[in-house]
Amino acid sequence: MKFGVVVFPGSNCDADCYHVIKEVLGEEVEYIWHGETSVAGFDALVLPGGFSYGDYLRTGAIASLSPVMPSVVEFAQRGGLVIGICNGFQILLEAGLLPGAMLRNDSLQFRCLTVELRVETADTPFTCLLEEGQVIRVPIAHGEGNYFCDEQVLDELRRNRQIVFTYRDPNPNGSRANIAGIVNQERNVLGMMPHPERCAEKVLGGEDGYYILASMVKWFKEGGR
Amino acid sequence: MKDKPVWQQMGLTDEEYRMVQEILGRDPNYLELGMFAVMWSEHCGYKNSRPVLKLFPTEGPQVIQGPGENAGVVDIGDGQAVVFKIESHNHPSAIEPYQGAATGVGGIVRDIFTMGARPIASLNSLRFGPLHDERVKYLFAGVVSGIGGYGNCLGIPTVAGEVYFEESYRGNPLVNAMCVGLVNVDELALAVAGEIGSPLMLVGAKTGRDGIHGATFASEELSEESAEKRPSVQVGDPFMEKLLIEACLQIIQEGLVFGAQDLGAAGLTSSAAEMASKEGRGVEIDVLRVPRREQGMTRYEVMLSESQERMLICPRPGQEERIRQIFAKWGLDATVIGKVTGDGMFRVKEGDKVAGEVPVAALTKMCPVYHRTEEEPAYYRQHREFDPSTLPEPLDYNRVLRDLLASPNIASKEWVFTQYDYQVMTNTVVVPGKGDAAVLRVKGTGKGIALTVDGNGRMVYLDPYRGGMLAVCEAARNLACTGARPLALTNCLNFGNPEKPNIFWQFKNTIQGMAAAARQLDTPVVSGNVSFYNETKGEAVYPTPVVGMVGVLEDIEAHMDMSFKHDGDLIVLLGSYGSELGGSEYLKIEHGLVTGAVPEVNLDEEKMLLQLLQLVIRKGMVNSCHDISEGGMAIALAECAIQGERGFVVNLESIAGRADGVLFSEAPTRVVVSVPRMLLGDVMALAEGHLIDARVLGEVGGDRLVYRVDGKEIINLALDEATSIWGGAIRCAMS
Repeated sequence: MKFGVVVFPGSNCDADCYHVIKEVLGEEVEYIWHGETSVAGFDALVLPGGFSYGDYLRTGAIASLSPVMPSVVEFAQRGGLVIGICNGFQILLEAGLLPGAMLRNDSLQFRCLTVELRVETADTPFTCLLEEGQVIRVPIAHGEGNYFCDEQVLDELRRNRQIVFTYRDPNPNGSRANIAGIVNQERNVLGMMPHPERCAEKVLGGEDGYYILASMVKWFKEGGR
Repeated sequence: MKDKPVWQQMGLTDEEYRMVQEILGRDPNYLELGMFAVMWSEHCGYKNSRPVLKLFPTEGPQVIQGPGENAGVVDIGDGQAVVFKIESHNHPSAIEPYQGAATGVGGIVRDIFTMGARPIASLNSLRFGPLHDERVKYLFAGVVSGIGGYGNCLGIPTVAGEVYFEESYRGNPLVNAMCVGLVNVDELALAVAGEIGSPLMLVGAKTGRDGIHGATFASEELSEESAEKRPSVQVGDPFMEKLLIEACLQIIQEGLVFGAQDLGAAGLTSSAAEMASKEGRGVEIDVLRVPRREQGMTRYEVMLSESQERMLICPRPGQEERIRQIFAKWGLDATVIGKVTGDGMFRVKEGDKVAGEVPVAALTKMCPVYHRTEEEPAYYRQHREFDPSTLPEPLDYNRVLRDLLASPNIASKEWVFTQYDYQVMTNTVVVPGKGDAAVLRVKGTGKGIALTVDGNGRMVYLDPYRGGMLAVCEAARNLACTGARPLALTNCLNFGNPEKPNIFWQFKNTIQGMAAAARQLDTPVVSGNVSFYNETKGEAVYPTPVVGMVGVLEDIEAHMDMSFKHDGDLIVLLGSYGSELGGSEYLKIEHGLVTGAVPEVNLDEEKMLLQLLQLVIRKGMVNSCHDISEGGMAIALAECAIQGERGFVVNLESIAGRADGVLFSEAPTRVVVSVPRMLLGDVMALAEGHLIDARVLGEVGGDRLVYRVDGKEIINLALDEATSIWGGAIRCAMS
């Protein structure tokens, strides 16, 4: 399985994702520079965390207009697996691949800590190795992770079981309905604020994140697409 | 101010101005005078500190590069090295806390990647006035948010640090930032100019008017007028710096440059002079070719601007185009602005016209050196003679422990470090707050490195010689408590005005103490920074040397943190019982006193303890390890319990009929470990073999912190309550 890690100017978790895919999952991986216009040949795409374009204007806003993005959107619309982590989630929102928007944390501070997440559905390519209701521990590190959507979108997310991860109390950023991660209706695009790549190795104190990335591999290899 | 001669306004003395005239054989023009003023400032020229800094040991088999480069370099084996340095940004942070701290981070990070090393960790050491002061809260919040704002964006984890609050820093906070990089030894780059005729390229951000005379500003006392110098504070753009890191590392790794130098204090003037001076070369720079952010900038402003995120590089022949391509990929400018010459002159041109011309060596090597007079201050002997046994013993030790846990100097720094991304790069094995030092794995090896930053200004104030020793010993001990072998140190020396004999006495004695400890512990000084003139209204801060130290763990799996892990483990004190209370947090909090004789360090014993700790951790004989520092043994035990979420019972003995000494002494060379019962004999035997006292204090378990002295329970506090007091104190003060 071949992963592509999209690198925007200011991405800073690109190397971390690359490392986990290659060294921990043992899968093939390449960087995709934001100036590319094709993502042909990849089986899954990672939009990594960081501060693309310095978070200037609005987080993810400028990156969503990068030359590579039309091909990412097309890849997603054809059913390809896309995971956006932290800044990557923000970019997916700005690009319209996921509904809603991101506000500043309610504390108005950047927050870095390990939080507990509840897996709301195992019925996605990103959680098929986890169980619904399972509690996992995953680090967060963001200043704008306060997910917001209106009532109607929230209803839809709930109805379609698009909410994948929620924060257990205490919610670290004030997000609507404790949302930490959501998928699109087709379930092939995941955006999540916590960083699974930071907890995929025992030496770093936890391996829960491994199962999120490994789910993608399992789903793909079992012919999910 | 306006009536002063122009050289005085720029910070030069009459005598120094005469020296400039003599060197040039004529009067300098305005540009030339400005160049001398910044290069001869304390910040750039170390004119008051150089003779004393020579006392530091700087060599050892582990040292690849000692002081004199952008940062020190230490061998960690397998062809890899760590590159590190600490630097102050005190004065800018006092005026504009967010940008002052942010650009402090930016500057020290540039020092690291300039050498071809990938920055892998940041640390910081902060000092503020008392936390109940509204302005102190503003400065504290601004500095923390500035460090986070810049470092988080760069994707460099901020893995460790320290914060202290003392009256003496009220008007003049200290903001010291340290950066650590990793490099393959054969890819190390130095700040040297290439062959005669080589072009010089300016890369990164465009040049603006910000930070002009920042180096001079850093070399004088803060005053009522300092706020007017806000234009001397630079503004940072971490996004630009992130791009610059990637582009610069690429050109260095591809071998496209002879050398590189970041533009920090004194901007283009300093970086070009430093590069040329290493090999006795000259430089020629055309100010008209420097890309500018603002219109109408004078040559003086261009040469002295401290605009951030800029580097000067010297390409190898024929590589300019490739370098331009790499920078263009990252959306950055790379412009040839001058060349290396063979005549040893620093020539500033404005098109065809020569705008200024001075010998490079005059700016760098001929900076005057002052041997300041020193005088022991009267306070020193008075404090030394103070006898804490004349103080009444507290009636309620439960209350004393609560008060100490709530002291911002002891309380959890979670409010600070959760604003920093400490996990990006996925190397952080021991995260902030969990251990005595941060531990990072080194990917692709089984190794780890441990990092810490330490300095207790109060102890140094009371006794500079002993305090200087303590700072080095505590840093080394903190590393050893994680299982690491200490390798080398960097230091940031924050003092008052060295022209005052009492301050210079503090400075010299501190360095002597630090040097003695560094020599004995085999942790040479490989880089550093001096920050003088930390005074407001004539009052100096506590003399505050901050030691940043790096150690190596051969096996990352065998690392240790401070948390108690198993009920039933025995708690063992390694090191002497200790009862000296001089300089302790206890005296300050309980008795309102900053006084007493500072405990003496036995360096031989310290060295043996460091070896013992590495050994017992490597052999897996202990389940936790924590050094005794602020708040003494009582607080060290409480911290192990809070981190491990389990209580303990200890049985102690009074000393001279009192319990406060044994509970709260901050005497050095002491550590508490928890040991599985069946390994106790082995640990005791190893301790004896290292000539280190060891005694069982008690046992881990339960949900209360119970301290018995002479069989009588004198403290009994619920773990939950201790955790909430300790955990919430700073957050409460800040909300």
